[in-house]
Amino acid sequence: MSDPSLRQTPLATLHLGDRKTSPAHDATVRLAEKIFIAKINLRADPSNRKLMRVFEKVLGFALPLESNTTNGKAVRSALWLGPDEWLITAPSSQEQALFKALSEAAEAHHLAITDVSDARTVFLLSGPNARDVLEKGCGLDLHPRAFQTGCCAQTRLARTGVLLHQTSDEPAYDIHVSWSFAAYLWIWLEDAAAEFNVTIVADDG
Amino acid sequence: MLLIDCPYCGPREEIEFSYGGEAHIERPKQPDKLSDAEWADYLFMRNNPKGPLAERWCHSYGCRRWFNVERHTVTHEIQRVYKMGEPRGGEEGT
Repeated sequence: MSDPSLRQTPLATLHLGDRKTSPAHDATVRLAEKIFIAKINLRADPSNRKLMRVFEKVLGFALPLESNTTNGKAVRSALWLGPDEWLITAPSSQEQALFKALSEAAEAHHLAITDVSDARTVFLLSGPNARDVLEKGCGLDLHPRAFQTGCCAQTRLARTGVLLHQTSDEPAYDIHVSWSFAAYLWIWLEDAAAEFNVTIVADDG
Repeated sequence: MLLIDCPYCGPREEIEFSYGGEAHIERPKQPDKLSDAEWADYLFMRNNPKGPLAERWCHSYGCRRWFNVERHTVTHEIQRVYKMGEPRGGEEGT
């Protein structure tokens, strides 16, 4: 488990610090990196009702069983990754406690809990034109009739594998991307958003 | 580009998937009882029909699960998508 005081950003080489501003009124796309997100991967059998109840008790909500959906309360959420796989996200400050709580509560069951916090970083892409930006590099149907707030999908964006999660109707998306592809995807997103009024905002979490 | 209906995630672009060859090739229960010819047949020989073919696909960029697809090799029409372990359908039976 990583030491939170050593946490770095994969975008360090882009020197974004000076460019971060508070969003202008006319900004139609906002980009931010959320670096303080804990991510825990869960593999478990959804037909094991007892175990599902254990998770519900620890998390405060049930794991989503329907494909491409999420469930959550405040800053904590569970994202469906596969028929027996989920990703739990939470603030970094809860990382170790949550990992311990999940492991201890489910000790008697057959499952896998893995802390994958540092495998991927999360970008927040929001604003009225956010969907137009994504549609330039993603084949998924992101129209509200097919993809709404609370939906998630593992797919490809600009040729790299991402986990997309729509977090609000504005719309706003969390984009989970591998550490090593983060700088590439950030540059691609900035380029794709250039025709709109894009602002880089400071990490909100 | 094919639009493949992943049995778990729904319809996605072909580029999210990887191909796994012909489906329903069962590993012999007692490999040491096989002649070289029979073993070679299991390892290398595959059907190459002009028509429907049952094949394995993996949703590599999505849920990372393997499943079976019945695809027409001439028209590329996907006739059926079904989970691993389910019997093959269509005209061939079994």
